[in-house]
Amino acid sequence: MSTIFDYEFMRNAFYACTIVGIVAGTVGYFLVLRGQTFAGHALAHVGFPGATGAGLIGLSPFFGLTVFTVVAGIGIGLLGERAHRDVAIGIVLTLSLGLGLLFLHFYTAFASQATNVLFGNVLGISLRTVIVLAMLAVVILVALVTIARPLLFASLQPELAEARGVPLNLVSTLFMILVAVATAEAVQIVGVLLVFALMVAPAATALRLTRGVLAGIIASMLLAVAIAWISLSLAFLTDWPTSFWITALGAAVYLISGFAGGMVSRGGFRTAKL
Amino acid sequence: MSAVAFEQVTLTYGGRRVLSDVSFSIPQGAFVGLLGANGAGKTTMLRAILGLIKPAGGAISVLGRAPKRGNPAIGYMPQARRALTHMGISGLDFVLSAAGGHRWGWPVPSAAEKEAAWKALEEVGAIDLARRPLAELSGGERQRILIAQALIGDPQLLLLDEPLISLDAAHQRTIIDLVHEVGDRLGIAVLFCSHEINPLLRAVDFVLYLGNGQAAIGSVDEVISGPVLSKLYGTSINVVRVAGRIFVMADDVELESGAHVHDL
Repeated sequence: MSTIFDYEFMRNAFYACTIVGIVAGTVGYFLVLRGQTFAGHALAHVGFPGATGAGLIGLSPFFGLTVFTVVAGIGIGLLGERAHRDVAIGIVLTLSLGLGLLFLHFYTAFASQATNVLFGNVLGISLRTVIVLAMLAVVILVALVTIARPLLFASLQPELAEARGVPLNLVSTLFMILVAVATAEAVQIVGVLLVFALMVAPAATALRLTRGVLAGIIASMLLAVAIAWISLSLAFLTDWPTSFWITALGAAVYLISGFAGGMVSRGGFRTAKL
Repeated sequence: MSAVAFEQVTLTYGGRRVLSDVSFSIPQGAFVGLLGANGAGKTTMLRAILGLIKPAGGAISVLGRAPKRGNPAIGYMPQARRALTHMGISGLDFVLSAAGGHRWGWPVPSAAEKEAAWKALEEVGAIDLARRPLAELSGGERQRILIAQALIGDPQLLLLDEPLISLDAAHQRTIIDLVHEVGDRLGIAVLFCSHEINPLLRAVDFVLYLGNGQAAIGSVDEVISGPVLSKLYGTSINVVRVAGRIFVMADDVELESGAHVHDL
């Protein structure tokens, strides 16, 4: 382990994981709280044709990815409840991957990078990308701090929030834009297909184990960073892909938290107690 | 000054006329049961009082002023639509989110907001529930928390949308007695929306019954009668009183029970 930081790519990978872990853990907390995790999943998929399309016209894939996820985020935000239909989301997901495949067909030189976009390539991150990630992270966190109060209120009790004067559409659209940028960041680590692992697993675990909003956000953030760090170290030791370790650790902590939570309350499904 | 006054008000929902030319007034401090079938316009009426929808005609006055979105003088408990299953959200978190939730910024509660939340929890006797996850509370306990949330900001008028839904008879009674007692103690008017009159009989001063685009207000005996309800339902209605309970029947089919479906 003493040699792990001797490599520049490992140092960059740790920087990137720290930045993205903080962002994904924080944004993910609200995403899970709002029950919009599938919207986050969909955003990542929409990013795929963005990345391959940008490659096709000679732009940076990260840029294309971010533009596509942000546009999709605004769309989901404006559609509101209507965007939460699984058929519509499913069709958009497959169409996105199909389009991405079409762009790859026209630009075969990019094909070698397709796996990176789909499954992530944290060990290939340059210092320049790390700096971009850090700047975007600052923007996301500042924006989130600004909207967090009404966002929390609107997530827990939307009708009351609306009555108290919270602009629901504005808040949810702003939040989806933040989710979109956070997703584009997370894709750099775990790829389009595995964004769930970093955005949702730590947050869902934190929501099971903590009491209180602030404790939950901090726990979610720490979990995401810890999972990313441990995964990087395990990838270094085993030579297995980092993304695999992130998904495995994410699933593991979520499962364990389920058992831990189950010990506290033998509740099972509480549908009748609404 | 009345708590709520409607003067020849017409309300529409999705292009449909829900209320037409309705006038009534609710005195301050009154406990009013808001009744009517699904789609009769109960929630639409609450939303108009909250200033979320504008009447298509007539004038509404809330505590002497025109309705205004974000009016802090109104406490509102919306119909429970979602199951809050996250263990990470306690009753206190839930109540706190409403204290200052309309302002921008990071949700670290100020001392004044914490005080307001604890005061509201105390009003409904839910201090000991505050630290427990909302997902773990029983239906009746959860309604207590929701009522506490509605009390944030010292409202002068309380609007409760179907607080009895999916509660058993014992819990319905507890919630009604609680709201009745809180309303009396604070001296504020309560508009309590329900599908069924029977659980409310023990508490209501007036009944506001909606149906067929019209409204009838008065005491239980004045409103829950064959002639009045026949007009509101647009069909011949019999009202039968048996052992302290009231049955509203149309062609021998009981109308009020079995209507426990979420409506808009």
